[in-house]
Amino acid sequence: MEFEQEVREFINGRFGEDVIAEDNFRNQLSFIVKPAAVFDICQALQEDDRLDVRFLADIAMVDWLGHAEEKKGRFELVYNLYSLKHKGRFFLKTRLPADKPEIKSLTPLWNGANWLEREAFDMMGIIFTGHPDLTKILTPDDLEGHPLRRDFPLTWEQPQFSWNKDDPPEVIK
Amino acid sequence: MAERKTITLNMGPQHPATHGVLRVELELEGETVVRARPIVGYLHTGIEKTMESKLYYKAIPETDRMDYLAPMSNNLGYCLAVEKLMDIEVPEKVKWARVCLAELTRINSHLVWLGTHALDLGALSPVLYTFRDREMILDIYEACGGQRMMTSYIRIGGLAHDLPLDFDKKVANLLKVFPEKIKEYETLLTENQIFINRTRGVAVISAEDAINWSLSGPMLRGSGVRHDLRKANPYSGYENFDFEIPIGENGDAYDRYKLRIEEMRQSLRIARQALDGMPEGPYRAHVPGVVLPPKEDVLHKMESMIFHFKIITEGFKAPCGSVYQAIESPKGEIGFYIVGDGTNRPRRIRVRPPSFVNIACLPALCEGRMVSDVVCAIGSVDIVLGEVDR
Repeated sequence: MEFEQEVREFINGRFGEDVIAEDNFRNQLSFIVKPAAVFDICQALQEDDRLDVRFLADIAMVDWLGHAEEKKGRFELVYNLYSLKHKGRFFLKTRLPADKPEIKSLTPLWNGANWLEREAFDMMGIIFTGHPDLTKILTPDDLEGHPLRRDFPLTWEQPQFSWNKDDPPEVIK
Repeated sequence: MAERKTITLNMGPQHPATHGVLRVELELEGETVVRARPIVGYLHTGIEKTMESKLYYKAIPETDRMDYLAPMSNNLGYCLAVEKLMDIEVPEKVKWARVCLAELTRINSHLVWLGTHALDLGALSPVLYTFRDREMILDIYEACGGQRMMTSYIRIGGLAHDLPLDFDKKVANLLKVFPEKIKEYETLLTENQIFINRTRGVAVISAEDAINWSLSGPMLRGSGVRHDLRKANPYSGYENFDFEIPIGENGDAYDRYKLRIEEMRQSLRIARQALDGMPEGPYRAHVPGVVLPPKEDVLHKMESMIFHFKIITEGFKAPCGSVYQAIESPKGEIGFYIVGDGTNRPRRIRVRPPSFVNIACLPALCEGRMVSDVVCAIGSVDIVLGEVDR
Protein backbone atom coordinates (compact mmCIF):
# COMPACT_ATOMS: atom_id res chain seq x y z
CA MET A 1 0.00 0.00 0.00
CA GLU A 2 2.77 2.35 0.96
CA PHE A 3 4.59 1.57 -2.26
CA GLU A 4 1.47 2.20 -4.30
CA GLN A 5 1.02 5.56 -2.63
CA GLU A 6 4.60 6.49 -3.45
CA VAL A 7 4.21 5.46 -7.08
CA ARG A 8 1.01 7.47 -7.28
CA GLU A 9 2.70 10.56 -5.91
CA PHE A 10 5.71 10.11 -8.18
CA ILE A 11 3.74 9.69 -11.39
CA ASN A 12 1.12 12.31 -10.62
CA GLY A 13 3.79 14.73 -9.46
CA ARG A 14 6.06 14.49 -12.43
CA PHE A 15 3.73 13.43 -15.21
CA GLY A 16 0.43 14.78 -13.94
CA GLU A 17 -0.71 16.12 -17.30
CA ASP A 18 0.02 12.81 -19.06
CA VAL A 19 -2.10 10.69 -16.74
CA ILE A 20 -5.64 10.35 -18.05
CA ALA A 21 -7.07 8.21 -15.27
CA GLU A 22 -6.25 5.78 -12.53
CA ASP A 23 -7.81 2.39 -12.05
CA ASN A 24 -7.91 0.16 -9.00
CA PHE A 25 -9.86 -2.87 -10.16
CA ARG A 26 -9.37 -5.77 -7.69
CA ASN A 27 -6.71 -3.78 -5.83
CA GLN A 28 -4.41 -3.62 -8.82
CA LEU A 29 -3.02 -0.18 -9.40
CA SER A 30 -2.95 0.94 -13.00
CA PHE A 31 -2.46 4.28 -14.68
CA ILE A 32 -3.99 5.11 -18.02
CA VAL A 33 -1.47 7.40 -19.68
CA LYS A 34 -0.91 9.08 -23.02
CA PRO A 35 1.16 6.94 -25.41
CA ALA A 36 3.76 9.66 -25.96
CA ALA A 37 4.59 9.68 -22.25
CA VAL A 38 5.19 5.96 -21.69
CA PHE A 39 8.88 6.01 -22.49
CA ASP A 40 9.59 9.03 -20.27
CA ILE A 41 7.62 7.62 -17.36
CA CYS A 42 9.43 4.29 -17.60
CA GLN A 43 12.80 5.99 -17.80
CA ALA A 44 12.07 8.16 -14.79
CA LEU A 45 10.84 5.16 -12.82
CA GLN A 46 13.88 3.11 -13.71
CA GLU A 47 16.27 5.88 -12.69
CA ASP A 48 14.57 6.53 -9.37
CA ASP A 49 16.49 4.63 -6.69
CA ARG A 50 13.84 4.99 -4.03
CA LEU A 51 11.04 3.31 -6.01
CA ASP A 52 13.42 0.83 -7.67
CA VAL A 53 11.09 -0.15 -10.52
CA ARG A 54 13.64 -2.08 -12.54
CA PHE A 55 11.72 -5.13 -13.67
CA LEU A 56 9.58 -5.03 -16.80
CA ALA A 57 7.54 -8.18 -16.31
CA ASP A 58 5.40 -8.12 -19.40
CA ILE A 59 3.84 -6.16 -22.24
CA ALA A 60 0.27 -7.22 -22.94
CA MET A 61 -1.78 -6.03 -25.88
CA VAL A 62 -5.56 -5.93 -26.16
CA ASP A 63 -7.73 -5.35 -29.21
CA TRP A 64 -11.03 -3.61 -28.36
CA LEU A 65 -12.58 -3.92 -31.82
CA GLY A 66 -16.36 -3.96 -31.65
CA HIS A 67 -16.60 -3.01 -27.98
CA ALA A 68 -17.77 0.24 -26.42
CA GLU A 69 -14.20 0.80 -25.25
CA GLU A 70 -13.04 1.06 -28.84
CA LYS A 71 -13.73 4.78 -29.06
CA LYS A 72 -10.88 5.46 -26.63
CA GLY A 73 -8.52 3.83 -29.11
CA ARG A 74 -8.64 0.38 -30.60
CA PHE A 75 -5.41 -1.08 -29.27
CA GLU A 76 -4.44 -1.12 -25.63
CA LEU A 77 -0.90 -1.76 -24.47
CA VAL A 78 -0.35 -2.78 -20.87
CA TYR A 79 3.12 -2.43 -19.38
CA ASN A 80 3.52 -4.59 -16.33
CA LEU A 81 6.13 -3.08 -14.00
CA TYR A 82 7.49 -4.61 -10.84
CA SER A 83 9.74 -3.42 -8.06
CA LEU A 84 11.95 -6.16 -6.67
CA LYS A 85 12.80 -4.11 -3.59
CA HIS A 86 9.24 -3.22 -2.59
CA LYS A 87 7.66 -6.37 -4.05
CA GLY A 88 5.01 -4.21 -5.64
CA ARG A 89 3.41 -4.31 -9.06
CA PHE A 90 1.52 -1.76 -11.10
CA PHE A 91 0.49 -1.24 -14.69
CA LEU A 92 0.79 1.49 -17.27
CA LYS A 93 -1.98 1.29 -19.82
CA THR A 94 -2.13 3.25 -23.01
CA ARG A 95 -4.37 3.40 -26.05
CA LEU A 96 -3.29 3.50 -29.67
CA PRO A 97 -5.54 4.38 -32.63
CA ALA A 98 -6.46 1.76 -35.21
CA ASP A 99 -5.00 3.62 -38.17
CA LYS A 100 -1.60 4.33 -36.68
CA PRO A 101 -0.65 2.02 -33.79
CA GLU A 102 2.79 3.42 -33.12
CA ILE A 103 4.69 3.87 -29.88
CA LYS A 104 8.26 4.44 -28.84
CA SER A 105 10.18 1.26 -28.11
CA LEU A 106 11.42 0.53 -24.59
CA THR A 107 14.45 -1.43 -25.80
CA PRO A 108 16.91 1.35 -24.85
CA LEU A 109 15.78 0.86 -21.23
CA TRP A 110 15.23 -2.89 -21.03
CA ASN A 111 16.79 -5.68 -23.07
CA GLY A 112 13.83 -7.78 -22.01
CA ALA A 113 11.50 -5.48 -23.97
CA ASN A 114 13.05 -6.68 -27.22
CA TRP A 115 11.19 -9.95 -27.59
CA LEU A 116 8.06 -8.76 -25.82
CA GLU A 117 7.73 -5.93 -28.34
CA ARG A 118 8.49 -8.21 -31.25
CA GLU A 119 5.68 -10.44 -30.08
CA ALA A 120 3.29 -7.49 -29.80
CA PHE A 121 4.28 -6.47 -33.33
CA ASP A 122 3.82 -9.94 -34.75
CA MET A 123 0.59 -10.84 -33.01
CA MET A 124 -1.17 -7.46 -32.89
CA GLY A 125 0.63 -5.28 -35.41
CA ILE A 126 1.83 -2.58 -33.03
CA ILE A 127 4.78 -0.63 -34.45
CA PHE A 128 7.54 0.15 -31.96
CA THR A 129 9.66 3.00 -33.25
CA GLY A 130 13.35 2.74 -32.49
CA HIS A 131 13.27 -1.03 -32.03
CA PRO A 132 16.54 -2.52 -33.35
CA ASP A 133 15.02 -5.64 -34.87
CA LEU A 134 11.27 -5.41 -35.30
CA THR A 135 10.62 -8.67 -37.15
CA LYS A 136 8.16 -11.51 -36.92
CA ILE A 137 8.81 -13.86 -34.05
CA LEU A 138 6.11 -16.49 -33.61
CA THR A 139 4.18 -16.74 -36.87
CA PRO A 140 5.54 -18.13 -40.15
CA ASP A 141 7.28 -15.66 -42.44
CA ASP A 142 4.66 -15.98 -45.16
CA LEU A 143 1.68 -15.31 -42.90
CA GLU A 144 -0.01 -12.02 -43.62
CA GLY A 145 -1.84 -10.16 -40.90
CA HIS A 146 -1.67 -10.24 -37.14
CA PRO A 147 -3.41 -13.24 -35.59
CA LEU A 148 -4.46 -11.74 -32.26
CA ARG A 149 -6.48 -8.95 -33.87
CA ARG A 150 -10.17 -9.59 -33.42
CA ASP A 151 -10.84 -9.40 -37.15
CA PHE A 152 -8.34 -12.14 -37.92
CA PRO A 153 -10.32 -15.31 -38.65
CA LEU A 154 -10.10 -18.01 -36.02
CA THR A 155 -10.18 -21.21 -38.02
CA TRP A 156 -9.16 -20.12 -41.47
CA GLU A 157 -5.56 -20.78 -42.43
CA GLN A 158 -3.53 -18.38 -44.46
CA PRO A 159 -1.22 -20.79 -46.25
CA GLN A 160 -3.94 -21.96 -48.59
CA PHE A 161 -4.20 -25.63 -49.33
CA SER A 162 -6.45 -27.30 -51.83
CA TRP A 163 -8.97 -28.25 -49.13
CA ASN A 164 -9.60 -24.74 -47.84
CA LYS A 165 -8.97 -22.72 -50.95
CA ASP A 166 -12.59 -21.71 -51.46
CA ASP A 167 -13.50 -21.34 -47.77
CA PRO A 168 -14.46 -17.83 -46.78
CA PRO A 169 -12.69 -16.53 -43.67
CA GLU A 170 -14.76 -16.94 -40.53
CA VAL A 171 -14.60 -14.03 -38.12
CA ILE A 172 -15.26 -14.48 -34.41
CA LYS A 173 -17.70 -12.11 -32.80
CA MET B 1 47.08 -9.50 -40.23
CA ALA B 2 44.86 -12.13 -41.76
CA GLU B 3 41.29 -11.29 -42.58
CA ARG B 4 38.77 -12.39 -39.97
CA LYS B 5 36.43 -14.90 -41.46
CA THR B 6 33.23 -16.11 -39.90
CA ILE B 7 30.91 -18.91 -40.90
CA THR B 8 27.22 -19.17 -40.18
CA LEU B 9 26.01 -22.37 -38.65
CA ASN B 10 22.39 -23.34 -38.27
CA MET B 11 21.57 -25.28 -35.13
CA GLY B 12 18.13 -26.81 -34.94
CA PRO B 13 15.15 -26.72 -35.13
CA GLN B 14 15.52 -30.50 -35.07
CA HIS B 15 18.45 -30.90 -32.76
CA PRO B 16 18.59 -33.11 -29.68
CA ALA B 17 20.15 -30.41 -27.51
CA THR B 18 17.60 -27.70 -28.22
CA HIS B 19 14.87 -29.36 -26.15
CA GLY B 20 12.25 -29.19 -28.83
CA VAL B 21 12.14 -27.00 -31.88
CA LEU B 22 14.37 -24.08 -30.98
CA ARG B 23 16.59 -22.90 -33.80
CA VAL B 24 19.75 -20.93 -33.20
CA GLU B 25 21.63 -19.16 -35.94
CA LEU B 26 25.28 -19.06 -34.91
CA GLU B 27 27.99 -16.97 -36.44
CA LEU B 28 31.31 -18.62 -35.67
CA GLU B 29 34.88 -17.61 -35.85
CA GLY B 30 36.73 -20.85 -35.52
CA GLU B 31 35.00 -22.39 -32.56
CA THR B 32 34.05 -19.11 -30.92
CA VAL B 33 30.51 -17.80 -31.16
CA VAL B 34 30.52 -14.24 -32.46
CA ARG B 35 26.77 -13.84 -32.70
CA ALA B 36 23.87 -16.04 -31.74
CA ARG B 37 20.29 -15.48 -32.75
CA PRO B 38 17.58 -17.73 -31.33
CA ILE B 39 14.65 -18.21 -33.69
CA VAL B 40 11.40 -19.46 -32.21
CA GLY B 41 7.87 -20.03 -33.42
CA TYR B 42 8.08 -23.50 -34.90
CA LEU B 43 5.58 -24.78 -32.37
CA HIS B 44 3.21 -21.83 -32.48
CA THR B 45 -0.34 -23.09 -32.16
CA GLY B 46 -2.20 -19.90 -31.32
CA ILE B 47 -3.11 -20.87 -27.78
CA GLU B 48 -3.93 -17.31 -26.71
CA LYS B 49 -6.23 -16.87 -29.70
CA THR B 50 -7.93 -20.18 -29.00
CA MET B 51 -8.48 -19.29 -25.35
CA GLU B 52 -10.18 -16.04 -26.36
CA SER B 53 -12.76 -17.94 -28.34
CA LYS B 54 -13.71 -20.26 -25.47
CA LEU B 55 -15.72 -19.95 -22.29
CA TYR B 56 -13.62 -19.33 -19.20
CA TYR B 57 -14.02 -22.94 -18.09
CA LYS B 58 -13.08 -24.47 -21.36
CA ALA B 59 -9.76 -22.64 -21.65
CA ILE B 60 -8.21 -24.67 -18.80
CA PRO B 61 -7.00 -27.60 -20.96
CA GLU B 62 -5.13 -25.12 -23.15
CA THR B 63 -2.97 -24.15 -20.19
CA ASP B 64 -1.71 -27.71 -19.72
CA ARG B 65 -0.44 -27.75 -23.24
CA MET B 66 1.81 -24.75 -22.84
CA ASP B 67 4.29 -25.96 -20.28
CA TYR B 68 3.54 -29.65 -20.52
CA LEU B 69 6.14 -30.51 -17.91
CA ALA B 70 4.41 -28.40 -15.28
CA PRO B 71 0.69 -28.76 -16.02
CA MET B 72 -0.50 -28.13 -12.46
CA SER B 73 1.39 -24.84 -12.18
CA ASN B 74 -0.23 -23.55 -15.33
CA ASN B 75 -3.70 -24.66 -14.24
CA LEU B 76 -3.10 -22.97 -10.93
CA GLY B 77 -2.00 -19.69 -12.48
CA TYR B 78 -4.97 -19.53 -14.81
CA CYS B 79 -7.52 -20.53 -12.19
CA LEU B 80 -6.16 -18.04 -9.67
CA ALA B 81 -6.45 -15.31 -12.28
CA VAL B 82 -10.06 -16.16 -13.10
CA GLU B 83 -10.85 -16.43 -9.40
CA LYS B 84 -9.41 -12.97 -8.92
CA LEU B 85 -11.47 -11.63 -11.81
CA MET B 86 -14.66 -13.20 -10.43
CA ASP B 87 -13.71 -12.45 -6.82
CA ILE B 88 -14.01 -16.03 -5.60
CA GLU B 89 -12.52 -17.26 -2.35
CA VAL B 90 -11.68 -20.97 -2.39
CA PRO B 91 -11.91 -23.32 0.64
CA GLU B 92 -8.80 -23.90 2.77
CA LYS B 93 -8.46 -27.51 1.76
CA VAL B 94 -8.27 -26.52 -1.89
CA LYS B 95 -5.44 -24.10 -1.17
CA TRP B 96 -3.37 -26.71 0.64
CA ALA B 97 -3.99 -29.38 -1.96
CA ARG B 98 -3.01 -26.93 -4.71
CA VAL B 99 0.22 -26.04 -2.92
CA CYS B 100 1.08 -29.70 -2.47
CA LEU B 101 0.44 -30.46 -6.15
CA ALA B 102 2.25 -27.34 -7.36
CA GLU B 103 5.35 -28.35 -5.43
CA LEU B 104 5.25 -31.90 -6.78
CA THR B 105 5.01 -30.30 -10.20
CA ARG B 106 8.12 -28.28 -9.49
CA ILE B 107 9.99 -31.48 -8.69
CA ASN B 108 8.58 -33.11 -11.81
CA SER B 109 9.75 -30.26 -14.03
CA HIS B 110 13.17 -30.05 -12.39
CA LEU B 111 13.67 -33.80 -12.78
CA VAL B 112 13.14 -33.63 -16.52
CA TRP B 113 15.40 -30.61 -16.68
CA LEU B 114 18.12 -32.35 -14.68
CA GLY B 115 18.06 -35.50 -16.76
CA THR B 116 18.09 -33.78 -20.12
CA HIS B 117 20.61 -31.12 -19.14
CA ALA B 118 23.05 -33.77 -17.94
CA LEU B 119 22.37 -35.75 -21.12
CA ASP B 120 23.27 -32.73 -23.25
CA LEU B 121 26.57 -32.47 -21.43
CA GLY B 122 27.43 -36.11 -21.99
CA ALA B 123 26.33 -37.69 -18.72
CA LEU B 124 24.07 -40.48 -19.88
CA SER B 125 22.92 -42.02 -16.65
CA PRO B 126 21.10 -39.25 -14.70
CA VAL B 127 18.26 -39.20 -17.22
CA LEU B 128 17.55 -42.86 -16.47
CA TYR B 129 17.29 -42.17 -12.75
CA THR B 130 15.26 -38.99 -13.03
CA PHE B 131 12.73 -40.47 -15.44
CA ARG B 132 12.41 -43.54 -13.23
CA ASP B 133 11.60 -41.39 -10.22
CA ARG B 134 9.35 -39.05 -12.15
CA GLU B 135 6.98 -41.97 -12.56
CA MET B 136 6.04 -41.64 -8.90
CA ILE B 137 4.82 -38.10 -9.48
CA LEU B 138 3.03 -39.02 -12.69
CA ASP B 139 1.26 -41.79 -10.77
CA ILE B 140 -0.04 -39.22 -8.32
CA TYR B 141 -1.23 -37.05 -11.23
CA GLU B 142 -2.97 -40.03 -12.70
CA ALA B 143 -4.70 -40.82 -9.42
CA CYS B 144 -5.86 -37.18 -9.14
CA GLY B 145 -6.85 -36.10 -12.59
CA GLY B 146 -6.91 -39.34 -14.55
CA GLN B 147 -4.08 -38.31 -16.84
CA ARG B 148 -0.35 -38.43 -16.49
CA MET B 149 0.56 -35.16 -18.17
CA MET B 150 -2.36 -32.98 -19.28
CA THR B 151 -4.15 -33.21 -15.96
CA SER B 152 -6.46 -30.15 -15.98
CA TYR B 153 -7.06 -31.11 -12.36
CA ILE B 154 -7.16 -27.64 -10.87
CA ARG B 155 -10.40 -25.93 -11.84
CA ILE B 156 -11.93 -22.54 -11.32
CA GLY B 157 -13.02 -22.40 -7.69
CA GLY B 158 -11.49 -25.69 -6.64
CA LEU B 159 -10.44 -29.05 -7.99
CA ALA B 160 -11.93 -31.37 -10.58
CA HIS B 161 -12.64 -34.09 -8.02
CA ASP B 162 -11.85 -34.65 -4.41
CA LEU B 163 -8.32 -35.89 -3.73
CA PRO B 164 -8.09 -39.65 -4.29
CA LEU B 165 -8.35 -41.89 -1.22
CA ASP B 166 -4.75 -43.05 -1.32
CA PHE B 167 -3.38 -39.57 -1.99
CA ASP B 168 -1.89 -39.30 1.51
CA LYS B 169 -0.25 -42.69 1.24
CA LYS B 170 1.20 -42.03 -2.20
CA VAL B 171 2.59 -38.61 -1.36
CA ALA B 172 3.93 -39.80 2.01
CA ASN B 173 5.74 -42.60 0.25
CA LEU B 174 7.23 -40.14 -2.25
CA LEU B 175 8.33 -37.81 0.54
CA LYS B 176 9.99 -40.72 2.30
CA VAL B 177 12.07 -41.98 -0.59
CA PHE B 178 12.85 -38.77 -2.45
CA PRO B 179 15.57 -37.29 -0.22
CA GLU B 180 17.65 -40.40 -0.94
CA LYS B 181 16.99 -40.09 -4.64
CA ILE B 182 18.15 -36.48 -4.72
CA LYS B 183 21.33 -37.59 -2.97
CA GLU B 184 21.74 -40.15 -5.71
CA TYR B 185 21.59 -37.50 -8.44
CA GLU B 186 24.06 -35.40 -6.55
CA THR B 187 26.50 -38.31 -6.34
CA LEU B 188 26.39 -38.52 -10.10
CA LEU B 189 26.91 -34.85 -10.85
CA THR B 190 27.79 -32.42 -8.07
CA GLU B 191 31.42 -33.40 -7.79
CA ASN B 192 31.75 -34.88 -11.24
CA GLN B 193 34.82 -33.16 -12.69
CA ILE B 194 33.57 -33.31 -16.28
CA PHE B 195 30.23 -31.82 -15.31
CA ILE B 196 31.93 -29.06 -13.32
CA ASN B 197 34.26 -28.22 -16.20
CA ARG B 198 31.34 -28.03 -18.58
CA THR B 199 29.17 -25.83 -16.37
CA ARG B 200 31.23 -23.72 -13.97
CA GLY B 201 31.80 -20.24 -15.35
CA VAL B 202 29.66 -21.02 -18.38
CA ALA B 203 26.55 -19.08 -19.43
CA VAL B 204 27.18 -16.40 -16.84
CA ILE B 205 24.76 -13.54 -16.33
CA SER B 206 25.11 -10.87 -13.68
CA ALA B 207 22.31 -9.86 -11.34
CA GLU B 208 21.94 -6.47 -12.98
CA ASP B 209 21.74 -7.97 -16.46
CA ALA B 210 19.32 -10.63 -15.31
CA ILE B 211 16.92 -7.95 -14.08
CA ASN B 212 17.39 -5.91 -17.24
CA TRP B 213 16.58 -8.96 -19.36
CA SER B 214 13.39 -9.50 -17.28
CA LEU B 215 14.55 -12.98 -16.29
CA SER B 216 12.68 -14.81 -13.56
CA GLY B 217 12.78 -18.03 -11.63
CA PRO B 218 16.06 -19.95 -11.25
CA MET B 219 17.67 -17.77 -13.94
CA LEU B 220 17.22 -14.70 -11.74
CA ARG B 221 17.96 -16.40 -8.43
CA GLY B 222 21.05 -18.09 -9.85
CA SER B 223 22.56 -14.62 -10.19
CA GLY B 224 22.00 -13.87 -6.54
CA VAL B 225 18.68 -12.01 -6.57
CA ARG B 226 16.53 -13.38 -3.77
CA HIS B 227 13.19 -13.04 -5.51
CA ASP B 228 10.48 -15.65 -5.38
CA LEU B 229 6.82 -14.83 -5.87
CA ARG B 230 5.88 -17.47 -3.31
CA LYS B 231 7.50 -15.26 -0.67
CA ALA B 232 7.22 -11.83 -2.30
CA ASN B 233 3.53 -11.90 -3.18
CA PRO B 234 2.14 -15.09 -1.62
CA TYR B 235 -0.79 -16.73 -3.39
CA SER B 236 -2.86 -19.78 -2.54
CA GLY B 237 -1.77 -19.68 1.10
CA TYR B 238 2.01 -19.85 0.63
CA GLU B 239 2.42 -17.44 3.53
CA ASN B 240 1.58 -20.34 5.89
CA PHE B 241 4.55 -22.43 4.80
CA ASP B 242 8.05 -22.45 6.10
CA PHE B 243 10.71 -22.72 3.41
CA GLU B 244 13.92 -21.13 2.16
CA ILE B 245 14.68 -19.52 -1.17
CA PRO B 246 18.05 -20.81 -2.36
CA ILE B 247 20.15 -18.42 -4.44
CA GLY B 248 23.34 -18.74 -6.45
CA GLU B 249 26.43 -16.55 -6.36
CA ASN B 250 28.09 -16.50 -9.74
CA GLY B 251 25.10 -16.74 -12.06
CA ASP B 252 26.64 -19.60 -14.02
CA ALA B 253 25.19 -22.91 -15.14
CA TYR B 254 26.69 -24.77 -12.18
CA ASP B 255 25.03 -22.43 -9.68
CA ARG B 256 21.71 -22.88 -11.39
CA TYR B 257 22.17 -26.65 -11.16
CA LYS B 258 22.87 -26.47 -7.42
CA LEU B 259 19.96 -24.12 -6.96
CA ARG B 260 17.46 -26.35 -8.69
CA ILE B 261 18.61 -29.34 -6.67
CA GLU B 262 18.09 -27.31 -3.50
CA GLU B 263 14.69 -26.16 -4.76
CA MET B 264 13.63 -29.78 -5.05
CA ARG B 265 14.53 -30.29 -1.40
CA GLN B 266 12.56 -27.21 -0.41
CA SER B 267 9.61 -28.42 -2.47
CA LEU B 268 9.65 -31.69 -0.55
CA ARG B 269 9.61 -29.67 2.64
CA ILE B 270 6.59 -27.65 1.51
CA ALA B 271 4.77 -30.74 0.26
CA ARG B 272 5.35 -32.39 3.66
CA GLN B 273 3.84 -29.41 5.47
CA ALA B 274 0.92 -29.28 3.05
CA LEU B 275 0.21 -32.97 3.51
CA ASP B 276 0.43 -32.87 7.29
CA GLY B 277 -1.63 -29.75 7.72
CA MET B 278 -4.29 -30.35 5.09
CA PRO B 279 -7.67 -29.45 6.60
CA GLU B 280 -10.91 -31.26 5.91
CA GLY B 281 -13.57 -29.58 3.89
CA PRO B 282 -15.19 -29.21 0.49
CA TYR B 283 -13.04 -29.44 -2.60
CA ARG B 284 -14.83 -26.68 -4.45
CA ALA B 285 -16.11 -23.26 -3.53
CA HIS B 286 -19.86 -22.75 -3.34
CA VAL B 287 -20.55 -19.95 -5.80
CA PRO B 288 -23.73 -20.74 -7.71
CA GLY B 289 -23.63 -19.84 -11.35
CA VAL B 290 -19.86 -19.49 -11.52
CA VAL B 291 -18.26 -22.55 -9.97
CA LEU B 292 -19.50 -25.93 -11.10
CA PRO B 293 -21.42 -27.72 -8.34
CA PRO B 294 -19.94 -31.03 -7.13
CA LYS B 295 -20.79 -33.90 -9.43
CA GLU B 296 -22.54 -35.89 -6.72
CA ASP B 297 -25.00 -33.02 -6.24
CA VAL B 298 -25.62 -32.71 -9.96
CA LEU B 299 -26.93 -36.26 -10.00
CA HIS B 300 -29.31 -35.75 -7.08
CA LYS B 301 -30.32 -32.10 -6.79
CA MET B 302 -32.28 -30.15 -9.34
CA GLU B 303 -30.70 -26.73 -8.68
CA SER B 304 -27.21 -28.14 -9.04
CA MET B 305 -28.22 -29.83 -12.25
CA ILE B 306 -29.52 -26.53 -13.66
CA PHE B 307 -26.40 -24.60 -12.65
CA HIS B 308 -24.19 -27.30 -14.09
CA PHE B 309 -26.05 -27.14 -17.37
CA LYS B 310 -25.97 -23.34 -17.50
CA ILE B 311 -22.27 -23.09 -16.71
CA ILE B 312 -21.32 -25.71 -19.25
CA THR B 313 -23.46 -24.34 -22.06
CA GLU B 314 -23.32 -20.58 -21.65
CA GLY B 315 -20.65 -20.03 -19.01
CA PHE B 316 -20.65 -17.07 -16.68
CA LYS B 317 -20.34 -13.40 -17.44
CA ALA B 318 -17.18 -11.76 -16.20
CA PRO B 319 -17.13 -8.10 -15.16
CA CYS B 320 -15.45 -5.44 -17.27
CA GLY B 321 -11.92 -5.18 -16.00
CA SER B 322 -8.51 -6.72 -16.17
CA VAL B 323 -6.56 -8.79 -13.68
CA TYR B 324 -3.02 -10.10 -13.61
CA GLN B 325 -2.04 -13.06 -11.49
CA ALA B 326 1.50 -14.34 -11.50
CA ILE B 327 2.76 -17.48 -9.83
CA GLU B 328 6.21 -18.95 -9.41
CA SER B 329 6.23 -21.83 -11.84
CA PRO B 330 9.29 -24.13 -12.03
CA LYS B 331 10.61 -22.04 -14.93
CA GLY B 332 9.92 -18.62 -13.48
CA GLU B 333 7.11 -16.14 -13.28
CA ILE B 334 4.14 -17.35 -15.27
CA GLY B 335 1.42 -14.74 -15.32
CA PHE B 336 -2.06 -14.59 -16.76
CA TYR B 337 -3.44 -11.22 -17.76
CA ILE B 338 -7.15 -11.66 -18.32
CA VAL B 339 -9.41 -8.94 -19.66
CA GLY B 340 -13.12 -9.41 -19.10
CA ASP B 341 -15.51 -7.38 -21.22
CA GLY B 342 -18.87 -8.18 -19.68
CA THR B 343 -19.54 -11.24 -21.84
CA ASN B 344 -19.02 -14.93 -21.16
CA ARG B 345 -15.82 -15.06 -23.17
CA PRO B 346 -12.59 -13.29 -22.29
CA ARG B 347 -11.68 -10.30 -24.41
CA ARG B 348 -8.04 -11.23 -24.04
CA ILE B 349 -5.94 -13.77 -22.21
CA ARG B 350 -2.31 -12.84 -22.26
CA VAL B 351 0.18 -15.33 -20.90
CA ARG B 352 3.43 -14.00 -19.53
CA PRO B 353 5.63 -16.91 -20.55
CA PRO B 354 8.74 -17.46 -18.41
CA SER B 355 10.56 -19.64 -20.96
CA PHE B 356 9.97 -17.17 -23.78
CA VAL B 357 11.37 -14.26 -21.80
CA ASN B 358 14.26 -16.31 -20.39
CA ILE B 359 15.48 -17.71 -23.70
CA ALA B 360 15.62 -14.21 -25.21
CA CYS B 361 18.86 -13.63 -23.27
CA LEU B 362 20.62 -16.56 -24.98
CA PRO B 363 22.87 -14.25 -27.06
CA ALA B 364 24.08 -12.60 -23.84
CA LEU B 365 24.86 -16.02 -22.37
CA CYS B 366 26.88 -17.49 -25.17
CA GLU B 367 28.42 -14.76 -27.34
CA GLY B 368 32.19 -14.85 -27.10
CA ARG B 369 32.20 -18.43 -25.86
CA MET B 370 32.75 -21.81 -27.46
CA VAL B 371 30.14 -23.64 -29.56
CA SER B 372 29.87 -26.43 -27.02
CA ASP B 373 28.85 -23.89 -24.38
CA VAL B 374 25.75 -23.02 -26.40
CA VAL B 375 24.38 -26.45 -25.58
CA CYS B 376 25.08 -25.89 -21.92
CA ALA B 377 23.49 -22.42 -22.01
CA ILE B 378 20.27 -23.64 -23.64
CA GLY B 379 20.06 -26.47 -21.15
CA SER B 380 20.62 -24.32 -18.11
CA VAL B 381 17.92 -21.81 -19.08
CA ASP B 382 15.36 -24.64 -18.87
CA ILE B 383 12.88 -23.98 -21.63
CA VAL B 384 9.80 -25.76 -22.83
CA LEU B 385 9.07 -24.86 -26.41
CA GLY B 386 5.35 -25.45 -26.01
CA GLU B 387 5.34 -22.41 -23.77
CA VAL B 388 7.86 -20.32 -25.71
CA ASP B 389 5.76 -20.53 -28.86
CA ARG B 390 2.29 -21.04 -27.41
